[in-house]
Amino acid sequence: MEWLIQTWPWYVAGPVIGLMVPLLLLLGNRRFGISSSLRHICAAMGSRLPFFRYDWRAEGWNLAFVLGIALGGFMAGVWLGLPEVNLNPKTQAALEGLGLPPDSGFLPQELFSWSAVLRPEGFLFLLIGGFLIGFGARWAAGCTSGHAITGLSALQWPSLVATVGFFLGGLVSARWLLPWLLAWLR
Amino acid sequence: MALPIPDEFKPETSSRPISLGAYLPYLLAGAFFGFVAIRSEIASWYRIYEMFRFESFHMYGVIGSAVLTGAFSLWLLRRLGVRASGGEPLAVRPSEPGRYRYLLGGLVFGLGWGLVGACPGPIYALLGSGHAGALVILLGALLGTYVYGLVQRRLPH
Repeated sequence: MEWLIQTWPWYVAGPVIGLMVPLLLLLGNRRFGISSSLRHICAAMGSRLPFFRYDWRAEGWNLAFVLGIALGGFMAGVWLGLPEVNLNPKTQAALEGLGLPPDSGFLPQELFSWSAVLRPEGFLFLLIGGFLIGFGARWAAGCTSGHAITGLSALQWPSLVATVGFFLGGLVSARWLLPWLLAWLR
Repeated sequence: MALPIPDEFKPETSSRPISLGAYLPYLLAGAFFGFVAIRSEIASWYRIYEMFRFESFHMYGVIGSAVLTGAFSLWLLRRLGVRASGGEPLAVRPSEPGRYRYLLGGLVFGLGWGLVGACPGPIYALLGSGHAGALVILLGALLGTYVYGLVQRRLPH
């Protein structure tokens, strides 16, 4: 059982995640993609905007899938206990420069714990990040699962463009936007 | 007059009821994905930060081998001529045509990804493992999705 507790290496995790693409095709000819669920939730909550007026019930499989993700997160994180992340010492030094301790477990508690979330600045930081993710994912018609994994697997050109966008945006964010926002948080 | 934006989903129809049991395989597949996302640490903010600083191979290895596995299995399914239960050939639905949306939307998504270190899959996995922060990210993501729906026609696609 030791392997279950330790960090799964990339050459196990990657292929398992890649197998989601054929698995969802075999289950019902579905395209593996997670951010669509956000749109289905808005549609299910009864938005009357044209963008949300479609047959979301026909996409119910996607909602079942994300419910499953949360369930899997519960089993892996709560039952087994979250793994301790071992970071590159260079990254640790950079984190200290940002004012974040590199050893607070799976996630920096300074950003994700209840006490962080209940501070207005902490709440706003996560809300802004989430907003950009939701907005960008719909504009690009997909997120990392739909484009970087499914779309690239199927050799689809738009997905390559979107994936380049994801990485460029992330680089800019981690280099400049994040330090700037964290300084403002404190 | 904005160009009509092509859409991936069918308009409202009178959908027939689907039995709950039909959702079970998807629930299980999702649970498997969420489990891996936590155990392989791809749902960790630290791992994403490390990736964007090019200081670890882990995330690149995960994404790269996932794409290779996906591509190989698609090739194999096509080669074997596997069909869906309805008889149609298995195929990944193509993306809608678009000139600007993939790069611009991708950039916006990336900005958020670099901040909160979680893409939509990991957001749900973190929610399940009881992280308060994931709740706020999900709220923000729903808000962003809604606002996109609001201003969609004014954006270049």
